[in-house]
Amino acid sequence: MKQPKKHILKTTNLSIGYTSKKQVSVIATDLSINLEAGNLVCLLGKNGIGKSTLLRTLTKVQPALNGTVLIDQKNLDNLTNIELSKIMSLVLTERLPDSSLTVFELVALGRQPFTNWIGYLTNKDMEIIQMAFKKTNTSHLMNSKCYELSDGQLQKILIARALTQDTPIIVLDEPTAHLDLHHTVNTFSLLKNLAAEFNKTIIVSTHEANLALQLADELWLMSSSKFISGKTDILIENNELELLFDSNLISFNKALKQFSISNSF
Amino acid sequence: MINPTKSYKKTFIILLITLVFVFIVNLSLGSVYIPLKQVFLALTNGELEKDSWGSIILSVRLPKAITAIIVGSGLSISGLLMQTLFRNPLAGPFVLGISSGASLGVAILILGGSFLGANITSYAFTNFGLAIAASLGAFLVLSAVMIAAQKVKNTMSILIIGLMFGSLTSAVISILAYFGSASQLQQYMFWSFGSLGNLSWKEITVLCVAFLIGISFVIFIIKPLNTLLLGENYAKSLGVNVKKTRNLVLIATSLLTGVITAFSGPIAFIGLAVPHLTKLLFSTSNHKTLIPAVAISGAIIMLICDSIAQLPTSEYTLPINAITSLFGAPIIIWLLVRKRKVYY
Repeated sequence: MKQPKKHILKTTNLSIGYTSKKQVSVIATDLSINLEAGNLVCLLGKNGIGKSTLLRTLTKVQPALNGTVLIDQKNLDNLTNIELSKIMSLVLTERLPDSSLTVFELVALGRQPFTNWIGYLTNKDMEIIQMAFKKTNTSHLMNSKCYELSDGQLQKILIARALTQDTPIIVLDEPTAHLDLHHTVNTFSLLKNLAAEFNKTIIVSTHEANLALQLADELWLMSSSKFISGKTDILIENNELELLFDSNLISFNKALKQFSISNSF
Repeated sequence: MINPTKSYKKTFIILLITLVFVFIVNLSLGSVYIPLKQVFLALTNGELEKDSWGSIILSVRLPKAITAIIVGSGLSISGLLMQTLFRNPLAGPFVLGISSGASLGVAILILGGSFLGANITSYAFTNFGLAIAASLGAFLVLSAVMIAAQKVKNTMSILIIGLMFGSLTSAVISILAYFGSASQLQQYMFWSFGSLGNLSWKEITVLCVAFLIGISFVIFIIKPLNTLLLGENYAKSLGVNVKKTRNLVLIATSLLTGVITAFSGPIAFIGLAVPHLTKLLFSTSNHKTLIPAVAISGAIIMLICDSIAQLPTSEYTLPINAITSLFGAPIIIWLLVRKRKVYY
């Protein structure tokens, strides 16, 4: 029996940007998001348009300028770090600091919000860790050191770590930035699978627009003029994808559901 | 599933046996050689061949060996904490300006006497006088660094602020030294060489209490320290209160290094080198393993350095600071060249 879907993420009148002593620089206003659980969402937009700022705001790394973010029906402002860590896990673009952590230790760190004061792993923790390795197909890497991994392997391990945190929402900031086509597709199909099969809500910022069009249940489009969120098919139907890029350079082919280089180019 | 985290039981047992062995050897060596068997007897209140041996061991060598263990462990743990917090292999226990603060305190007491024109000198140069001056200096500079640390968000900035305070205080010390007399300079130099001896049992008790309080802080930050290995943003997303952890690390380090420096002078190298040595030996970043490993290794190395510094069977004692660097640095260089790269 399928549970009725609920809004896992909802924003009202959200404005994002930075405040410094002298001025407020607004990056985007009036963002409205109504996201149901179990969806794969791709956040698309050009470099510097504010994708990271949006993700940073939704993950409470920086405060919103205005408006509210409701996560799992709770106001983001009222959630403590530890409460949020049980709802949302992250895969960041930043490189991990050098360490001689093993892959197992890294993935097991995902259990930190649930373990006791010294970080003891119970049988239940071990089961969840094992599941994460299995889902990401990385069990053979368990005893390697993290610095021995290739970029593709490391990305999978970081996703495994996020899975170990066992949160309904996973946010990934450009997870395929350093990957070749094979590993990019591989990563996206893994994410798609996690959303479909395990009812995870997965929010990915990416530059792989064509892949996103094929795989994402929902798209968030960011451009300098506006922000739109909605089901992929509906957005395609309403010709909303045109506004993502400069049409002199890149145009959207509605029939193929793909971007391509403009003929006038 | 079997927990694939490596168990280091064997290595720990070897380290502990080494510690006990080095401790006993340290007690037996000195200007007078006392056979190992007699050392055992002295420690267990047995009958000794010579009565003087008993008092040498119990009132001179035992306090010194215990001081060595606390100094070695405390500085090494502090160094490890700083290296993890700042994710910088060059960080050590003194990056927060503790040693420069302590040096400033002592420099003002010894070298600044002529400026102040006071006759405090004869009383002030007792151990406790120096310790108080060092503590005050360390506390003042550290407070300045901590106040600055609350203002900045970036952990790296704290590192640089600490180093800047270090430069400031050494500038002041240079000026004091320039105007100081030869005998004052010599006295200051002797303090800065570091020394493990000359501590009374009362002073050692103070040292022990501070050490235990510091360690108990450390035990509670092992878990967040491991999370910090992923960087501050990941740590935050895992529910770690980064600022609170940072403050606990700073408090534990300043307590450990502050008190140690106050009583034994600014002992160089140990805090920087022992964590590296231990990481090479254990090749792990897990603080659950590293903290006890670093504590034991630090104690062992400090005891060995002290044994060498006494120049066995001679009347002379070399400055402990010279020995720690003279023997430690080549070992680290050799290990690094052999292993090529260290990961933190």
